[in-house]
Amino acid sequence: MEMEMEMESQKPFHVDVGNLLAFNPFRSFPSLPASRDELVKECLQEGTKLVQAVADSLFNLPSTEDVDGPLVKLPPPTSKLPREKHLPKPKPPTKWEEFAKKKGIQNRKKDKVVWDEQTGTWKRRFGYDRVNDDKDIPIIEAKMTDEPGVDPFAKRQDDKKKRVEKQEKNRLQNLKQAAKIGALPSHVQLAATSLPITGTQAPPKKVTKDELGNVAGMAATSTASGGKFDRKLPGEKPAKKQGKHRKFLPVVEGSGIGSREKEQTESVLNKLISKHSHEILNVGKAVTMYNVKKEKKARNKRNQEGKSSSATNKLKPKKQLQKKTGKKGPVSSKKVKAK
Amino acid sequence: MMKIKTPRNGRVRRELEKRAPKLVETGKKTLILQGTKTSGILNGVLSEIYHLKKGGAVRFTRKNDNIRPFESGGETSLEFFSLKTDCSIFVYGSHSKKRPNNLVIGRMYDHHVYDLVEVGVENFKSIESFTYDKKMAPRVGSKPFIAFVGEGFENVDELKHLKEVLLDLLRGEVVENINLAGLDRAYVCTAISSNKVYLTHCALRLKKSGTVVPRMELVEVGLSMDLVVRRHRLPNEGLRKEAMRTAKDQPKKKIKNVSSDAIEGTIGKIYIPDQKVGDVALPNKAKGVKRERREAKKKEANERASKKHKEESE
Repeated sequence: MEMEMEMESQKPFHVDVGNLLAFNPFRSFPSLPASRDELVKECLQEGTKLVQAVADSLFNLPSTEDVDGPLVKLPPPTSKLPREKHLPKPKPPTKWEEFAKKKGIQNRKKDKVVWDEQTGTWKRRFGYDRVNDDKDIPIIEAKMTDEPGVDPFAKRQDDKKKRVEKQEKNRLQNLKQAAKIGALPSHVQLAATSLPITGTQAPPKKVTKDELGNVAGMAATSTASGGKFDRKLPGEKPAKKQGKHRKFLPVVEGSGIGSREKEQTESVLNKLISKHSHEILNVGKAVTMYNVKKEKKARNKRNQEGKSSSATNKLKPKKQLQKKTGKKGPVSSKKVKAK
Repeated sequence: MMKIKTPRNGRVRRELEKRAPKLVETGKKTLILQGTKTSGILNGVLSEIYHLKKGGAVRFTRKNDNIRPFESGGETSLEFFSLKTDCSIFVYGSHSKKRPNNLVIGRMYDHHVYDLVEVGVENFKSIESFTYDKKMAPRVGSKPFIAFVGEGFENVDELKHLKEVLLDLLRGEVVENINLAGLDRAYVCTAISSNKVYLTHCALRLKKSGTVVPRMELVEVGLSMDLVVRRHRLPNEGLRKEAMRTAKDQPKKKIKNVSSDAIEGTIGKIYIPDQKVGDVALPNKAKGVKRERREAKKKEANERASKKHKEESE
């Protein structure tokens, strides 16, 4: 214990109890010790001394007993550190507050309930079932100053609306003033709903993604190269083609007339010729139709002969269904394999 | 046309109030993030710093290519993150050939970069590599002792700056009252040369000694590493002056029911609730409660029981 006190008097530490910090500026390490372990040991020793110094002053502070252990009130920290946010600015007085100060108007505390003469009960000052509500007034006496065609009840409501709007406007002005000097309250945000240029006009309507795409497409096609070589933003899809998809044959294909061109011209010719030909008969189609008719007839005859057994009739369609599913099975699996 | 937007929720309102600037500030939140490339050692360092500051730290695990703290344009992303997470200290780790195992510790003022210190990590030992008695392990969120050793912290400019930044990073919340039973960790930073600092984290063991003050014992637990100072950027004077401004003595909080008079001094008012005279317990014990009465009753009951028994047996 004596040793410690001697050392302290020789080399005073800078102790900041508020931060639980201790600094020893007098220890120097001219040459590093050979091994890492020794260095670690030395550092721990020095650390222990410093921590002991802090604890000395800490445990000697007046403490109060608590459930978990002794509670100590820390002194304010001495080492200054920079703040993380600016100092909060005090709110500027509102226009009413300035007026009240000038005139000397005192703020009087109001009660939550007020005596209502009409019903003879205590009613709320504001809110549901309140005193002096507009809808509770049965009769309004006509005054000499009233115009003939004016509805006094509606007039009262309009007046109230106007008062509320005026109050909102004043509140906004006060907040704008506070925001100007940077003292806006933390829970309030002022958002601009429309550009100042438009003024009192309606805010611009929001454009949908499709509309934007259309406009972009139109702008693209109006360029010299039809919008094909325009630099695209990352993530922009190529413009959709307008109108019917027309396929053109390649200019050069083999020698003479290519096969595709042949097909094209053939189909055109056939259409032309068939229009003027009297033989509008499609021979192949006619043959198949005849065959199908014949088969049907034969089937019907067979059915009439074997109509006594209805079970077979019932079975037959089912058999066909099974066959169909059977066919589907391998076909679908083939499809999966191809993928 | 301006619209006033206020929160519709109590929870949102409380969150906004927490983030608003205050007169007296409690601890800063830390943002831990990575750059384009990190090494295994650096990952360990970042995750351990996050563990040590569990309550007040945010960890980002994705790589951020566009953050370069020391360049003028590379700070915008950092400032955006700081604004969104409400963090005023950040620890940015990156690894490159020129600067291996690089840590940039920086502070923000009003969500703009205030100052930066760049250190390299060497000889890192993680928490798992230490063996110690698990009972002594410091609990999460306890306020640590911080010890700085070495004349380098006083003489060398860079180390002085590093000392300030480390203090800001390592101290926990700023509290007024502290429970002495909950002190169980200490950070020791030694300046072993003019640009190297050895930082270690120890658990405290309080041993009985003769006086009120217990004897401290430090046991190395947790991370230990060498920090080599590479670059640093001090804040410019104007910004520093503004950040160091403290509010003058706060207006004394009015204690309720206390007023002071010039003649009589301090007067206090005490309000006593209405006495319910009918419900008060009587000072004289009721007749039936006295001990002799109780014992006499018991004896009677026993005699009656024994009489019955005799009759039955007969």
